[in-house]
Amino acid sequence: MTGMANTVFSSRAHIVGGDNTADHAPKAPVEEALTTVLANDWINDEYKHLVVTASPKSLAARPGQFFHWLCPSPDEGDLWLRRPQSIYRVDRERERLEFLYKCVGRGTNGAATLKPDDKFNMVGPLGVGFSLQPDWKDVIVLGRGVGLATLAPISQMIAENNVSATVILSARSPELAMSGDLFEKAGADVVTVTDTDGTSAVENVESIIEDRVAHGRADAFFTCGSNRLFMLMKRLGTKHGIPGQVAMEQIMACGLGPCYVCVRTFVIGGEKTLKRVCIDGPVFDMQEAMGW
Amino acid sequence: MVDLSVKIGDFEMANPVMPASGTFSPEMAQVIDINRLGATMTKTVSRELRDGNPPPRVAEVECGMINCIGLPGKGIDYFLTELMPEYLQFSPPLIVSVTSTTEADFAAMARDVTVPGVKALEINISCPTRDPNGGNFALHAEHTAETVRGVRAATDLPIFVKLSPNAGDVVGIARAAEEAGADALTVANTILSMRIDTHSFKPSLGFKTGGMSGPAVKPIIMRMVYQISKAVSIPIIGCGGIVKAEDVVEYMLAGASAVQIGYASFRNPTAMISIIGDLEEWCDRRGIARVSDLTGAVQDDMETDTYIAAAAGI
Repeated sequence: MTGMANTVFSSRAHIVGGDNTADHAPKAPVEEALTTVLANDWINDEYKHLVVTASPKSLAARPGQFFHWLCPSPDEGDLWLRRPQSIYRVDRERERLEFLYKCVGRGTNGAATLKPDDKFNMVGPLGVGFSLQPDWKDVIVLGRGVGLATLAPISQMIAENNVSATVILSARSPELAMSGDLFEKAGADVVTVTDTDGTSAVENVESIIEDRVAHGRADAFFTCGSNRLFMLMKRLGTKHGIPGQVAMEQIMACGLGPCYVCVRTFVIGGEKTLKRVCIDGPVFDMQEAMGW
Repeated sequence: MVDLSVKIGDFEMANPVMPASGTFSPEMAQVIDINRLGATMTKTVSRELRDGNPPPRVAEVECGMINCIGLPGKGIDYFLTELMPEYLQFSPPLIVSVTSTTEADFAAMARDVTVPGVKALEINISCPTRDPNGGNFALHAEHTAETVRGVRAATDLPIFVKLSPNAGDVVGIARAAEEAGADALTVANTILSMRIDTHSFKPSLGFKTGGMSGPAVKPIIMRMVYQISKAVSIPIIGCGGIVKAEDVVEYMLAGASAVQIGYASFRNPTAMISIIGDLEEWCDRRGIARVSDLTGAVQDDMETDTYIAAAAGI
């Protein structure tokens, strides 16, 4: 091990575990690994696109799964807990992971300081992601804001499984309606609705979905990022008997299950129950999830 | 090669590192080889189903975190039938952490979890996240003694008593636990604490207060391990803020026979495994034959004459 002479725990902690995890537990599906940053660029005023190197374990990541970031500090202090971040794209050919993240707090603003060739410690892949049932041939994906980044890898999933999709991207303004290119490449029917042109109202989104339902093009729903839109999809799912999945978030600590910090309330068979976002989710059955 | 094995009374470990209760479950096998640990430790088991406290359940603070998780669990019956087999898949000796709200039920809990496969009990009389005021048995010598006496009569397994750093006279409470029949002391649980969000003006935790852990608490708990080790003759398990091998060494020098790691596994899930490897390397480099030789090896015969000390080199 390197750095034993260095007893400053803050820098040491970035080395602990390092990327020798595979030697410790080769059969474990998750690893704590030091990735190398390849790019970390602003794509608009609020979001950055991070590309890092990926090991075979992390390349097994499924859409909707997340990685737990040990972010560098954005200031003179240090960060003491990890930050969960859903994957944006798994590039198996070039062995890369991509993330699209909104810079809102100390963790993500710390991540924003990463430069190419920097080492970045992340744990993953973690959690239960999105899934497709064999009889789903045409689905509806609806998201808003940062949720669009979480939904993005569904584009890979539908392309690999020959599934058609209507993708409704909701955003304050057109430049924040991200992920549309990935879905268009996957052959999806992409509809962008924005606050600026007045198309993002729930009533309008509802009529778009009802149109697809009426044409038999809604075998399942997927959503993330907006309580309003989640509640709409849940209601329409109940009305038409359409199954759905929602990606959720919660303040998190361990990311692996043991600590029970990241619980949310779900209703199953009329009974309220708590589930952990990190290991029971972050993707949950839409009808069991509650609005927030 | 250093001999990393340690003993806590009759309880034998291949190395001195075990998880702190609440921070570990068999789900850690997603990322580490659990068989490398010195022991395994359950989350604290209660008699009844407990949902735990309202979120947010964690707040980041300088050099650590505060939690108010609140001992969630599905109760003892679920533990014995569903969770025990999961924990027993692994080879390190299993310690079951139990708690209760009454002294009588504490004894009953100890009896009920004294089943094949369990190698020791940790009596959690010190969780600061169950009562809104952080109160618990470990704040008082007499409640500590009465609880431990009841548990002692109920089981033949080794009893580790987890003390509270929130007690005024933690050394007196340690003595009371020893006299009542404890086989070892876990020093210590988390430190009652609070954070208020200056943006929202609200407490950062759903339970308002919680227990602090992480590197910030290590010097505080170190003092307790050191003073308690001078006052009792039973082994001590040091717990508080360990993030590297030297921290394990420090706790052992202060008097600990083994250590528990919690916070570090949240920041680095492979931390326990790395620390065991680093500890072995540290001992080999220092020519330490047995890691157990470090226990209580602090050289604290300090100069007491201020003028002589102030005249010495630095």
